[in-house]
Amino acid sequence: MAATYGYFPGCSLKGTGAAYEESLLTLFRLLDLSLQELKDWNCCGATSYMSIDENSAFGLSARNLGIAHEAGHRDLVTPCSACYLVLRKTQDYAAKYPQIAKSIEGSPAAAALDAVKIRHPMELLYNDVGMARIKSKMVRKWKGGPVACYYGCQLVRPFAEADRAHDPTRMDELLRAVGVPTVDWALKTKCCGGSLTGTIHEVGVRLNYILLKEAARKGAKAIVTICPLCQYNLDAYQAEIRKETGEAFDMPVLYFTQILGWALGGDAKSLGLGRAISGCGSIKEWFPKRTQEVEVHA
Amino acid sequence: MKKLKAFWLSSDMRRKMKFQREADLQWAQQVAERPGCEGLFSCLQCGTCSGTCPLSIYMDFGPRKIISLVREGFREEALSSQTIWLCASCYSCAVHCPRQIHITDVMYSLKREAIQQKLYPKRFPIPVLAQEFYKMVRRYGRSSEFWLVLRMALRTNPFQLLTMSGTGWQLMRTGRLRLGQDKIENVKELQSQMAGREVR
Repeated sequence: MAATYGYFPGCSLKGTGAAYEESLLTLFRLLDLSLQELKDWNCCGATSYMSIDENSAFGLSARNLGIAHEAGHRDLVTPCSACYLVLRKTQDYAAKYPQIAKSIEGSPAAAALDAVKIRHPMELLYNDVGMARIKSKMVRKWKGGPVACYYGCQLVRPFAEADRAHDPTRMDELLRAVGVPTVDWALKTKCCGGSLTGTIHEVGVRLNYILLKEAARKGAKAIVTICPLCQYNLDAYQAEIRKETGEAFDMPVLYFTQILGWALGGDAKSLGLGRAISGCGSIKEWFPKRTQEVEVHA
Repeated sequence: MKKLKAFWLSSDMRRKMKFQREADLQWAQQVAERPGCEGLFSCLQCGTCSGTCPLSIYMDFGPRKIISLVREGFREEALSSQTIWLCASCYSCAVHCPRQIHITDVMYSLKREAIQQKLYPKRFPIPVLAQEFYKMVRRYGRSSEFWLVLRMALRTNPFQLLTMSGTGWQLMRTGRLRLGQDKIENVKELQSQMAGREVR
């Protein structure tokens, strides 16, 4: 029996984060889980919206929760860290502050606020699916080197439900379960700057340079992310960083769903592996288009 | 008197402190009553927030100083600072604060007030991005990265579009750039739900 989850993609997964959506859907299909996209979902009311008008930002979130509830979903899978945080914050603040609860009152969402649980795929795979089941479905061995798991900020902070806020390890555990070695590094929750690369460009790029440099210093051959914005920031500016600093990282920046999906037998195209900007050489080598070496796990 | 004023303005000598009557202590109280800002007066000024903030080295005041400015009623200084806009809301300060103050929410609250009072630094791209994002979501229910960046660039410094075009091309090449404006079907319903929910 296939379990069905509600699915809130968010704006990024339809654009710069297309590979995240592709690989997530492929991975869930391989695990016999089904994701049902919310009908006519709207913007989550992320960081930028919150800076203008808090009350209606919560209203935006609440509308999505209402749609999920009406469709009968108990769990809402939210792959983007920013969406995850805002939806979770809406539930938390509506429970804590009567004035915020009042601003949502009257909308179909009001009753549904606590009925829907916000889930991140990383935590869902860890808790609901479990490492044993993922291991048992593994069909390919990892050909690449050690990777640095980068959790970014908003998934683990401030609610720390998806993982521990200070030292998250669940992505490392998931990847190790399919035989991918991971390095231990201190910057795994340091902020990538979010939209700063688009606004105060130099500052944003600098933050990503620090992350890339530290990951490389620890011996990582790739960075693995759980958020579309982190992936974009680390991936898109490596050529510019090389021009500025003379350091060529050529570091693939992957989604954890791409690596897990590959281990479970997904093909390169359905995992969106052709959408990377940096480190394309390594990606082609690790994830060959034609794979004869499919090894069925004992 | 006029001459004296001109002299002061022409030199680097400026008063950095406020006289007590100039400080807006009532405002400080108001801020502390907003959702998420209740811990304001329990701040120890330990500086853990500024130490852990990945952006504090670029700020005009670090988060610790912002808290201090708010508490002492330095309203204009806090609201017109670049600090509140540089905050990328990574919540590092909030998680590490020994007093569990939601510093990120204080920053959000100041951002909103700065927009309402038009006190944000002019031509600083971050508040412009926030405003364009807000307008776009109100009109269409979703944001489109391409149009958002384009609008922000046109309003701040159109020349940066030249430097951005390289990244834009990379995104286009890998099929990650959507040129159309994303829109929900039920915009009317969303707008009516939002109506009357503004703070302004």
